[in-house]
Amino acid sequence: MNTLILVEHDNSSVNDATLAVVTAAGKLGDVTALVAGKDCGSVAEAAAKIAGVSKVLKADDAAYEHGLAENVAPLVAGLMEGYDAFLAPATTSGKNIAPRVAAHLDVMQISDILSVEGPKTFTRPIYAGNAIATVESSDAKLVITVRGTSFEKAAPEGGSASIEDASGAGDAGISSFVSSEIADGGDRPELASAKIIVSGGRALKDSETFDSIINPLADKLGAAIGASRAAVDAGYVPNDYQVGQTGKIVAPEVYIAIGISGAIQHLAGMKDSKVIIAINKDEDAPIFQVADIGLVADLYAAVPELTGALD
Amino acid sequence: MKILVPVKRVIDYNVKPRVKADGTGVDLANVKMSMNPFDEIAVEEAIRLKEAGKAEEIIAVSVGPAKAQETLRTALAMGADRAILVETDEEVEPLAVAKILKAIADEEQPGLVILGKQSISDDSNQTGQMLAALMGRPQGTFANTVSVDGDSVEVKREIDGGLETVKLTLPAIVTTDLRLNEPRYASLPNIMKAKKKPLDTKAPADYGVDIAPRLTTTNVAEPPVRQAGEKVEDVAALVAKIKEMGIA
Repeated sequence: MNTLILVEHDNSSVNDATLAVVTAAGKLGDVTALVAGKDCGSVAEAAAKIAGVSKVLKADDAAYEHGLAENVAPLVAGLMEGYDAFLAPATTSGKNIAPRVAAHLDVMQISDILSVEGPKTFTRPIYAGNAIATVESSDAKLVITVRGTSFEKAAPEGGSASIEDASGAGDAGISSFVSSEIADGGDRPELASAKIIVSGGRALKDSETFDSIINPLADKLGAAIGASRAAVDAGYVPNDYQVGQTGKIVAPEVYIAIGISGAIQHLAGMKDSKVIIAINKDEDAPIFQVADIGLVADLYAAVPELTGALD
Repeated sequence: MKILVPVKRVIDYNVKPRVKADGTGVDLANVKMSMNPFDEIAVEEAIRLKEAGKAEEIIAVSVGPAKAQETLRTALAMGADRAILVETDEEVEPLAVAKILKAIADEEQPGLVILGKQSISDDSNQTGQMLAALMGRPQGTFANTVSVDGDSVEVKREIDGGLETVKLTLPAIVTTDLRLNEPRYASLPNIMKAKKKPLDTKAPADYGVDIAPRLTTTNVAEPPVRQAGEKVEDVAALVAKIKEMGIA
């Protein structure tokens, strides 16, 4: 089987989510990586080094600079003549583009796969991760998005794929990029790829309290910061901090849940973490049913004490 | 302009789904069903655009069983003007739903189609994008803010790492994210009034759409259960554990 994968990037480097897609595609067959962007030569070179990628297609055009689905989806659909499957990461950008590709190809997409069970058979979560469905496709071609935390990341070095130019129709002329507000986390690791995450819930009261309790602990551990939906909805932190079925799915080495009760939707986003530590004053909070280490305590006393003790 | 708002009847947000013992699916018998929460946000956004004078008519659409009428009545009680039920007892996949919606959009010529980014049942997150592709129109997915201005709409989108704003030429498709708005509750007088609003019933065949599934679900299972670990007495014990694991 020949597969085409979408490389996620910012026109200068490859996003880590791509590496898991290479692994998933490798289970189906040969892997060609598509880099669509503007002045994205360095991305194409980086993609060519990913272990398991046998060819890189580079579509360099101003129309692809911001990854607009209206422009990228027809490019992908046009290239699919030579491929049996298209795979994209289940990130906001992959979720935006892949279904548009699927409709162009008249294919029913398989979203957010957790495993490859056969050439056309996959598992995927439904009902916020409360059930796992095994689905088999009868379409001639496959369109798939891949949950990054469910597949090992391919090695970013070690490959030596050839790079070829590709082109599509360019600008469809119906949409344009206006602006973006990307949170500047400074030295803080990205939530999706962090080894340690410190996450806060509604118990943190307000934005100032959240920062004063969560940030020092995260700083000490070199951790990324996450939040429950309740904390995001209450405005303590920006929306991109949200961990859960409708936010980000994470699986760090260590997840520290502070003042988070553990609603189903939150657990669906973090229960694949290797070690879960929970601090909550309610000893019956559902978070303790999944935590490896639990501490029933008032977070306002316990967290500063913990931060202080980790010198 | 008209706004088309597709809505789906799903298991209520507060109900914990139970997997059937025979692995054929999730048990929906005697379970409370409601409008998909993301679709409620879509209905609310359409109403706000109408209230702001940006739209004249809101048409709610659902593809599903006869009982999806209740979901459409909810949309009408919130403020939609009329409804179309495309009735079928079959499970309809996002691609086929998008084809039906495309046919309805061809008839109704809406300036905007606003729908949830995903249903909380199968979590596919596909229908809006597929509809946009089939219509050859632009899409503003995961919308946080929607601003209609003349013949275009600016959509601020919730993306990994922050927010992004795109400008789309109308007609356009918008899919809603959680923070776009807080949907209103329908008042009792409006619930009564909604019973008299027009609701047309159609069949997928009326739109010439083949709804035969492309995917076969061979098994539905409970997710692996994570075992609870231990509780520690105090912060000192927690610190000792953390150091033992080499985290800090």
